[in-house]
Amino acid sequence: MPRVGKLYDSTIGKKIFMAATGAILWLFVIGHMIGNLKIFLGAEHFNAYAEFLRTVGEPLFPESGLLWIARIVLLVSVGVHMLAALQLTLLSWAARGTEKYRKQDQLAFSYASRTMRWGGVIILLFLIFHVLHLTLGTVHPSFEPGSPYHNVVAGFRVWPVSLFYILAMIPLGFHMYHGLWSACQTLDVNNKRIRDLRRPFSMAVALVVVAGNISIPLAVLAGFVH
Amino acid sequence: METIDIVLHVWRQAGPKAKGRFERHEAKQISTHASFLEMLDVVNERLMEQGQEPIAFEHDCREGICGSCGMVINGKPHGPVKAITACQLHMRTFSNGDEIWIEPWRAKAFPVVKDLVVDRSALDRIIAAGGFISVNTGSAQDANAIPVGKDVADEAMDAAQCIGCGACVAACPNASAMLFTAAKATHLNLLPQGQPERWERTRRMVARMDQEGFGSCTNHGACQNACPKSISVDTIAWLNGDLLKSQFE
Amino acid sequence: MQVDSMKLDAKIPGGPIQEKWDRHRFEMKLVNPANKRKYDVLVVGSGLAGASAAATMAELGYNVKCFCYQDSPRRAHSIAAQGGINAAKNYQGDGDSIYRLFYDTVKGGDFRAREANVYRLAELSVNIIDQCVAQGVPFAREYGGLLANRSFGGAQVSRTFYARGQTGQQLLLGAYQALERQIGTGKVKMYPRSEMLDLVVIDGRARGILVRDLGDGRIRAFAGDAVVLATGGYSNVFYLSTNAKGCNVTAAWRAHRRGAGFANPCFTQIHPTCIPQSGDYQSKLTLMSESLRNDGRIWVPKKKGDERRAAEIPEQERDYYLERLYPSFGNLTPRDIASRRAKEQVDNGHGVGPQKNGVFLDFSDAIRRLGKKLIEERYGNLFDMYMRITGEDPYERPMRIYPAPHYTMGGLWVDYNLESTIPGLFVIGEANFSDHGANRLGASALMQGLADGYFIIPYTIGNFLAREGNSKIGDDHAGFREVEDQTRARVKRLLENNGKRTAASFHRELGRIVWEHCGMARNQGDLEEALRMIPELRERFWAEVFVPGQGEDLNQALEHAGRVGDFFELAELMCRDALVREESCGGHFREEYQTAEGEAKRDDENFSHSSVWEFTGEGSAPREHREPLEFEHVKPSQRSYK
Ligand SMILES: Cc1cc2nc3c(=O)[nH]c(=O)nc-3n(C[C@H](O)[C@H](O)[C@H](O)COP(=O)(O)OP(=O)(O)OC[C@H]3O[C@@H](n4cnc5c(N)ncnc54)[C@H](O)[C@@H]3O)c2cc1C
Ligand code: HEM
Ligand code: HEM
Ligand code: SF4
Ligand code: F3S
Ligand code: FES
Repeated sequence: MPRVGKLYDSTIGKKIFMAATGAILWLFVIGHMIGNLKIFLGAEHFNAYAEFLRTVGEPLFPESGLLWIARIVLLVSVGVHMLAALQLTLLSWAARGTEKYRKQDQLAFSYASRTMRWGGVIILLFLIFHVLHLTLGTVHPSFEPGSPYHNVVAGFRVWPVSLFYILAMIPLGFHMYHGLWSACQTLDVNNKRIRDLRRPFSMAVALVVVAGNISIPLAVLAGFVH
Repeated sequence: METIDIVLHVWRQAGPKAKGRFERHEAKQISTHASFLEMLDVVNERLMEQGQEPIAFEHDCREGICGSCGMVINGKPHGPVKAITACQLHMRTFSNGDEIWIEPWRAKAFPVVKDLVVDRSALDRIIAAGGFISVNTGSAQDANAIPVGKDVADEAMDAAQCIGCGACVAACPNASAMLFTAAKATHLNLLPQGQPERWERTRRMVARMDQEGFGSCTNHGACQNACPKSISVDTIAWLNGDLLKSQFE
Repeated sequence: MQVDSMKLDAKIPGGPIQEKWDRHRFEMKLVNPANKRKYDVLVVGSGLAGASAAATMAELGYNVKCFCYQDSPRRAHSIAAQGGINAAKNYQGDGDSIYRLFYDTVKGGDFRAREANVYRLAELSVNIIDQCVAQGVPFAREYGGLLANRSFGGAQVSRTFYARGQTGQQLLLGAYQALERQIGTGKVKMYPRSEMLDLVVIDGRARGILVRDLGDGRIRAFAGDAVVLATGGYSNVFYLSTNAKGCNVTAAWRAHRRGAGFANPCFTQIHPTCIPQSGDYQSKLTLMSESLRNDGRIWVPKKKGDERRAAEIPEQERDYYLERLYPSFGNLTPRDIASRRAKEQVDNGHGVGPQKNGVFLDFSDAIRRLGKKLIEERYGNLFDMYMRITGEDPYERPMRIYPAPHYTMGGLWVDYNLESTIPGLFVIGEANFSDHGANRLGASALMQGLADGYFIIPYTIGNFLAREGNSKIGDDHAGFREVEDQTRARVKRLLENNGKRTAASFHRELGRIVWEHCGMARNQGDLEEALRMIPELRERFWAEVFVPGQGEDLNQALEHAGRVGDFFELAELMCRDALVREESCGGHFREEYQTAEGEAKRDDENFSHSSVWEFTGEGSAPREHREPLEFEHVKPSQRSYK
């Protein structure tokens, strides 16, 4: 373990942790989206899927056991990801110095790279709301534990909530786009053969995730899913 | 001969602790064939003829290789033209009536010495920490004893072209010195001669870089776009990878 | 403290030339390894010569302090060398050998160099490449992974190693990295942004230096057991040259004033392919690789003052003067000849360009013959550079070129141990009067700087220290105070002068005088005129120069003014040296001494020597001493490129 601590001490080390946790979150978001799209297959399918998530691994694991493991992994990932992000952000702000450029042209490769930090914060706010909304039901008008289909549909019928979901997907898309490319750099996924594919691939995945996720509240609002 | 009149807004700062400000200068009748630094020479001579202190700026070779010169010109390190240094910029790039803002590299690790001159010694200290191959004079074997593939040699050379100007730091939104550090690490870590010290070198250079107060790299890529030698951010990926691998070596 | 009379003992070891260095190394005294750390060596300069010397001496165990005027040692002007570095490796199997490199260098120097030194240089060239490769210098490689070579400047073998067009940069970075490694271990203490302003000589031995911290203006004395100057060349005496803006003669000149003999100051090299001056604001000249002459044809309009564009001048109205004068070598005649002929054309009113100060270097034939693509492959970078600087496209219209001062063969006199006439003061690299005689071959300066720094000075300095022991004089000695007071007074004088003109304007004026009177071609009348004009201008300089600001911070105008002050004195010595050398040799062309065809005519009978000048005090004429040159191996012959 001392090595891990040492690695984390350096800026690059923190980035490596961020990239690794970011990759886990990235995978989760994709998997979660695929799961969510089952909503188009109808209430039974969707609820069964949610049930499956709770019971998978039984009897080896108790009910919701694997789910809890996954939750812990996610929670730790978000924690480490955010901690590293916070530390590096503070460091970089300090490194820029007190005197700011009077004029500064943006030379960065992409707009996405510049929105990572605030994008991350928005994602965090979204997550908090989202868990209160669809997992705990605290902010839900008619939450029914065990009936995710109903929860989603009823939840998204409230149009401001849908709008918030849709808008939140935009920073998420940027974050995932630059995030994946950035993680490739951080983890040295830089082989000559794939070097030039990293950007288009990151972009494509981000677009798919944004489109997939947005389609759900839109479909509910349009009355397509009810 | 074609000439232009321009207006400069130059950062003036008497010393490291002094408060800086922009000073406005009208530079009239500047030949479009003059280089940017020659334009500043002319402005400075005129200032001195009026008994005023000239604008301090670093320069030496004036042909883009020593890495001395460096200033942010209208928001871009080394000015608007890609892949050249400030000393290689010529006034024909500008038009009559242009307003030009000239600022020093700004980063905590690069304190201002005076006007546009900053202290970049942090970059030297990164090299001193490990940016070398330890071979005492006289102990080398015949130069052709270790063949080096042309592709490897070329890639090492691409990275080795860094002139240590610091524009990457100036351009980076995080004031990170990753491109500079990565360029040197890549140059040495790619070559067979550099292998024995590869992991130790990587660890030490990165530690020093952090210690000097540079920011961390979040892969913006502004550095590559500002770099007069077009050093690629691929070198940054390699350095990241080497630091990770160095934990297991 | 002046040395009354200079003794010029070259201390060339005995024995056959092939064994001299080996034997000498064996005979030299050694400093016990445990004692080395008791010696402080001051190295001024961090170019190829200085950085390699400082690093190597630190590796051996000496305490080294190293100084340079730039903000980092990596920026020394060696960084700008493009072409390559010679070494007698014979990797191409084309018949090269140490002896051949030795032979070529002596001949190329027009028989005005010391044979024993040149032989050692050729011998060590081989080790340099080994050392540099081990350090990771990314020299060009063949597909098989072995080192590539190119041929360069007049040599019939392919012995030049290169790293794209940035050989100097890569070699310097290698030496710089070795230096930084020693800085990291604490064996070298580096003082960047520090300018040496004087040398301290006490009881006939160099004891230390005075340095101004260019950042905060502090003047400080440093004492040491030996001083090594590696401060580069003085081409900037011409104001416009290919050297970096900061290159100066101050350190060498101050040492000269303290008793170090200055040898052959008039031996300067003019490079034929530079971009001509475009206006008064011009601050330096840019060199373009000589390789351009391989495919470009040089010409001027036959008609004087022809205002037409190049394309409008028909073939029969063009004068391809090099091809006409030198049918067998054509556009590839050696540097000095190509330069002189260009000057002749411009002086006679055939110059081209807005200032009528260049000759054409035309690629249209080559483009027609080889295709634009091949030309682009060969010279793309150079064409881009030209376009950037001039705004003209060399694919469309011929380049304009003109010679520019580039290198100075003259410098402080040193013996075989690279020790000057002041005991304990060593001089290496371009700063010494070097191994190049009256003319340096391309790709040989880098070789010399590194040979001096890596392989010679670390051993010869040991011999000196073992023999003479510690200096035992600290910087609190009265001798230091005296020099310090003088240095402060000079700085103060500049700052308090109530003048109106900038140092730069004086520098430009001085440069023009030296260029016109002691440049590519010289004659008695011009030189005598220059010797009247320079002191006059110098007086005006000291009376009229204005230096703004104070001495306690970064003050670039003050730095410049100090350097210009020393250039004035050097310029005078250069002209004097050129005047007494009544022959033409290498870069020194006296119009009175030429053959019927206009070639340089050497006078071996009377001038087979190095002229070494002794400073005899301000306002008093310097005294000439001579080191006779003997040629046992390479018999002097007349060069011919017809
Ligand atoms: C444009 C150009 C191209 C060239 N191309 C080639 C080539 O292809 N091949 C070749 O062999 N040669 C070439 N040369 C020549 C060669 O580069 C130089 O002769 C050589 O590099 C000189 O090295 P040096 O170490 O003696 O001096 P420099 O590299 O000039 O170093 C001088 C050092 O002294 C320091 N210094 C100077 N004055 C003071 C002072 N007063 N106080 C403190 N420090 C001081 C400077 O800071 C610097 O560190 C070229 C030269 C030029 C100008
Ligand atoms: C909890 C809220 C989050 C915050 C505050 C946050 C913040 C950040 C920040 C500041 C960065 C560094 C910026 C950069 O590298 O340019 C980053 C990188 C990254 N983030 Fe997030 N993020 C969050 C959530 C997520 C989520 C949900 C994902 C998954 C989709 C994710 C994936 C990534 C990836 C892959 C990276 C790249 C790591 C690297 O550069 O090596 N992040 N995040
Ligand atoms: C519009 C798109 C989305 C829909 C319809 C949706 C739907 C749901 C539903 C129904 C649940 C509850 C599952 C259950 O309790 O059985 C849930 C949980 C969750 N969602 Fe989403 N989600 C969406 C987008 C996102 C995004 C973009 C993220 C991440 C950035 C995310 C992260 C989570 C998390 C962390 C949980 C909690 C998992 C748990 O602990 O049980 N969701 N989501
Ligand atoms: S990487 Fe580029 S920008 Fe950075 S110091 Fe090197 S040359 Fe300058
Ligand atoms: S701009 Fe900065 S963030 Fe990284 S890629 Fe370059 S160092
Ligand atoms: S002055 Fe040397 S790079 Fe600009």
